[in-house]
Amino acid sequence: MDYYLGLAQTIGIHTLLGLSAYVLMLTGQLSLAQAGFFAIGAYTAGILTVLFQWTILPALVAGALVAGFFAFLIGFPALRVRGLMLVVATIAFSEFVRLFFFNLSWRETIDNVEVGPDSTQGFREIRFFSANGWEVWEVTLFVWFFVIAVMAGLWWMDRSRAGAVLRAVGEDELAAQSVGLNLTAVKVAAMTVGGVIAGIGGALYAHTATYIDHLTFTVLLATFAIAYPILGGLSSVFGTLAAVVFIQGILIEGLRFLGDWRNVLFGLLIILVMNLKPRGIFDARTALLIKRIFAVHRGNRGDA
Amino acid sequence: MLELRDLSKNFGGVRAVDKLTVTIEKGEIFGLIGPNGSGKSTAVNLICGVFSVSEGAILLNGKDLGTMPPHRRLRAGIARTFQNIRLFGELTVWQNLSVARNSIEDVAGQGFLSRWFGSTNRVREEIDEMLEFAGLADKVDELAANLAFGEQRRLELARALATKPKMLLLDEPAAGMNLEEVKDLDGRIRKLRDSGITVLLVEHVMELVMGVADRIAVLNFGQKIAEGSPIAIQNDPAVQEVYLGKS
Repeated sequence: MDYYLGLAQTIGIHTLLGLSAYVLMLTGQLSLAQAGFFAIGAYTAGILTVLFQWTILPALVAGALVAGFFAFLIGFPALRVRGLMLVVATIAFSEFVRLFFFNLSWRETIDNVEVGPDSTQGFREIRFFSANGWEVWEVTLFVWFFVIAVMAGLWWMDRSRAGAVLRAVGEDELAAQSVGLNLTAVKVAAMTVGGVIAGIGGALYAHTATYIDHLTFTVLLATFAIAYPILGGLSSVFGTLAAVVFIQGILIEGLRFLGDWRNVLFGLLIILVMNLKPRGIFDARTALLIKRIFAVHRGNRGDA
Repeated sequence: MLELRDLSKNFGGVRAVDKLTVTIEKGEIFGLIGPNGSGKSTAVNLICGVFSVSEGAILLNGKDLGTMPPHRRLRAGIARTFQNIRLFGELTVWQNLSVARNSIEDVAGQGFLSRWFGSTNRVREEIDEMLEFAGLADKVDELAANLAFGEQRRLELARALATKPKMLLLDEPAAGMNLEEVKDLDGRIRKLRDSGITVLLVEHVMELVMGVADRIAVLNFGQKIAEGSPIAIQNDPAVQEVYLGKS
């Protein structure tokens, strides 16, 4: 049972990671900075609960805000470049964050035990949950509370004008400018929201894993972050969730018997999807098809 | 209303627009014509702020627009359409208009939430009016990419009007239209003028410009070679030589 709960936690946390990239991809930006924001959220929240003995909720909020703040800051220079150049710039940011934590050593003795980030040795004993007697299912619920809250928030945003604005910028920047949209404001806002979501995911990750080190936050993690929305498509947040379930639940856990060969399958799958379904598995047309099959009538066009 | 003063634009060694001076009066339909590559579209992009001005100035109601970015010019009252239609294809007809309508200043007073996450009844009514104007009332939930060509042109025009412009730049709105559609467009442009919008019409289709424009300027290699009423332009020997006679 604990195995499945642990898997549910992983799926929830990766969904947050994927959604943070999803928001940015709506505006047409492919960012590999999500691993950096995730790391910032993880270390910030971890340091606060371990070294400062905060409880989890304020630590998580602080982690999200700090990650969001850095996303806001790198939003401005990053927006001067686009496409491949943005990918390179954001990789550089993620690596900068990773190497910062690779070097960070902040050890203190609390209750006769030395704790805190220990540079290359990683950050061990982030034991807020077990120290306070949380059961595994309680932790899982806690994780999924945030997943559902973020999904609901984004789903609502998607159906409001804000979603249309993000997508308008993603589709055609020139046209978006010419109907009065401030590209910088829209893109920085998306970057900030993405940073906050990744920060929440990172904070949850640190406390469920209880051990983090710089190797967790490599470019591979950033690649996963953008792979989920690419695979799931941008028509709704459920595409990202479905992609995470597929990759984490089926490909990675389900195909464990294949050993390291499953990574090959992973790459192959991305290539296949990009060729067969360039707008993701759950693209607008597929979504429409599903809607027609279930004959769900869209009544309220007004908030669109 | 809009004044171009010695406006020039260089692309590397090419002078796309060369010391163009034009004054467009409030409430008129001003035609800008010229052969391919004469700098018409460049002029439009300069006025909208897509390109930066190399020399000279663009004045809106006497104020130099300088380096004002495109979205601020839109809010100052300059809207445009594109030569090759640029709609938000994956958004619905309604969303295309909603994005445009809600980006202008006078909704800002309604507060952050209603501006970004909802639409007030007044805004909805206005968008409905736009849909009527464009003849797209029965296509609200259709994706813009799925519309027919003529419908896309009308939607793009409605999207520009949804921003309540004082001045509208139409970049070859009749391109690819048949004669009947051109007549329809002619009527719409006159209606716009009658509603108080100043129109700058950049066009290739002579039937449209000659019929609808109050005044016309002719560009050739970035330079203005003539300006005047449609009749004066048609009889201008310089214009006939570079353009009308040899087309």
